[in-house]
Amino acid sequence: MTAVPGAPDAGLETQIGHWRGYVQRHGVISPDDVDELEGHLRDRVADLEQAGLSGDEAFLVAVKRLGILDEVSQEFAREHSERLWKQLVLAPELPEESVTRPTRELVVVLALAVAAAVAIKVPELVGLDLTEDPAWYARNAGLVVLPFLAGYFAWKRRLELLRSVRVLAAPFLLGALVANAYPYADGGSTEVLVVIHLPILVLLAVGLAYVGVDWRSHPRRMDFIRFTGEWVVYYTLLALGGAVLVGLTLAGFAAIGLEISLFFGEWVLPCAAMGAVLVAAWLVEAKQSVVENIAPVLTRVFTPLTTLMLLAFLVAIPATGNVVEVDRDLLILVDLILVLVLGLLLYAISARHRQAPPDLFDRLQLLLVLSALMVDVLMLVAMLIRITELGVSANKVAALGLNLILLANLAWSARLSVGFLRGRRPFSDLERWQTDYLPVYAAWAAVVVVVLPPAFGYA
Amino acid sequence: MRIDKDLVAASATPLVLGILAEGESYGYAILKQVNELSAGQMRWTDGMLYPLLHRLERLGYVQASWRVAASGRRRKHYAITPAGVELSAERRRQWAVVIDALDRVWTEAAAARAAATLVGPSR
Repeated sequence: MTAVPGAPDAGLETQIGHWRGYVQRHGVISPDDVDELEGHLRDRVADLEQAGLSGDEAFLVAVKRLGILDEVSQEFAREHSERLWKQLVLAPELPEESVTRPTRELVVVLALAVAAAVAIKVPELVGLDLTEDPAWYARNAGLVVLPFLAGYFAWKRRLELLRSVRVLAAPFLLGALVANAYPYADGGSTEVLVVIHLPILVLLAVGLAYVGVDWRSHPRRMDFIRFTGEWVVYYTLLALGGAVLVGLTLAGFAAIGLEISLFFGEWVLPCAAMGAVLVAAWLVEAKQSVVENIAPVLTRVFTPLTTLMLLAFLVAIPATGNVVEVDRDLLILVDLILVLVLGLLLYAISARHRQAPPDLFDRLQLLLVLSALMVDVLMLVAMLIRITELGVSANKVAALGLNLILLANLAWSARLSVGFLRGRRPFSDLERWQTDYLPVYAAWAAVVVVVLPPAFGYA
Repeated sequence: MRIDKDLVAASATPLVLGILAEGESYGYAILKQVNELSAGQMRWTDGMLYPLLHRLERLGYVQASWRVAASGRRRKHYAITPAGVELSAERRRQWAVVIDALDRVWTEAAAARAAATLVGPSR
């Protein structure tokens, strides 16, 4: 081996190599940051050697001055919590626990999944049949299954039982009251609104459990956003796999002359749908470090496509004639599109490397938000005209409120992204804005669920 | 004399921003400069400087870029941003108030002591 002139000796190179491997195994410090630390180490070694120390001595002193690795790593972890997200689960807290905890967790999850599956069949004992009273199930499904999910997180975050019940019970109780005490008119729109908005409210309770009741922590809120995105992906995958399996099973039994679709519809589907909620949550938690997060990858694919769709839509509306005559269903559809845009924005933000300079994708994202804003303003005008012409209804109030909330969020996001693209603002402002905004959704869902039904006579 | 670690922590951000205000620099050079400025009395744990720099970067007070040093290795350079200059000025005003207050309380205490020795022990 020939030594490069002026370069440190081979012994020092091996030592630095060992040191580097050791730091990287900790996993918290990214390769780029290790490069930076290594550069520092080499500079220090060179200076110390010049002062007369031998290579070995200089290395030891330089490493010591770098600080205790655990403490430095912790400091790095605190600064780069988005990297920590990947190690939340698999990093063993205590050596002896690292073996038993994953299996115990699986047992707990399976028990909770079975309990949730049983819970959805319990109402039948008091005569509430799924086929005869689907509206009851639509209103209460979230209330039945999500407490188990909240319970899972409370267990996982080791929350104190009494405290967690006190904090988490309120949204569930409120939800149960609203879903069952209000005398909804048959097939009324307020009931549909409750069915849509109640799960959002109850999800707040799950979020509280997820962040370990530490709701002031913005990084934890961002973790919860990441969780919901991954959860939707896993749940969808489980549902697709389940559908294929059910189809095959039904076809197989039909071929031998046994009709079992009734049993499947009454037992297998509802129970599996409930149990899968917990299994999907567990998969998200357990596989964080195994698979790259999927939701951000999907946002990369769908951000340009959604932008194209919105721009086409913007062209098509004036081309078809009067904006005022747009159908009411279209307004609700536009709300859904805006929710999609917000989701794309949110999950892209949740995965973005904060320090990276603005790139093409950030510009595309701004274009997406701007086109969504234009569509939204157009729809708001249409909605206001409809309301002045035909008076208010529960549906219109809900759609209008949601629209205003999304408009405020997207408009401010656009402002922040322009600032970021121009280098006037750090990316963290955009992140902070989104986590700040989370309670607004919960508050609006609560208003829709609690206030609108009585205000519109439960119609 | 060793400086108390809380004081070191409190002064780290203004010191780093002040050094970067003079021109862009990299971690090791910043540490060396802190050492020189304090005549070796402010000892930082070397590794702790980097999370601080990354935090300032995330908040938009400094901007980082990778350069290739004369040795051929990559080196991360930090430069102050307009927001950083603003923060630095703000911190400077705050420290001026603190230093002024400390100075006054200590000169007053010294004056009171001097007065007491002139008059002699009361009664």
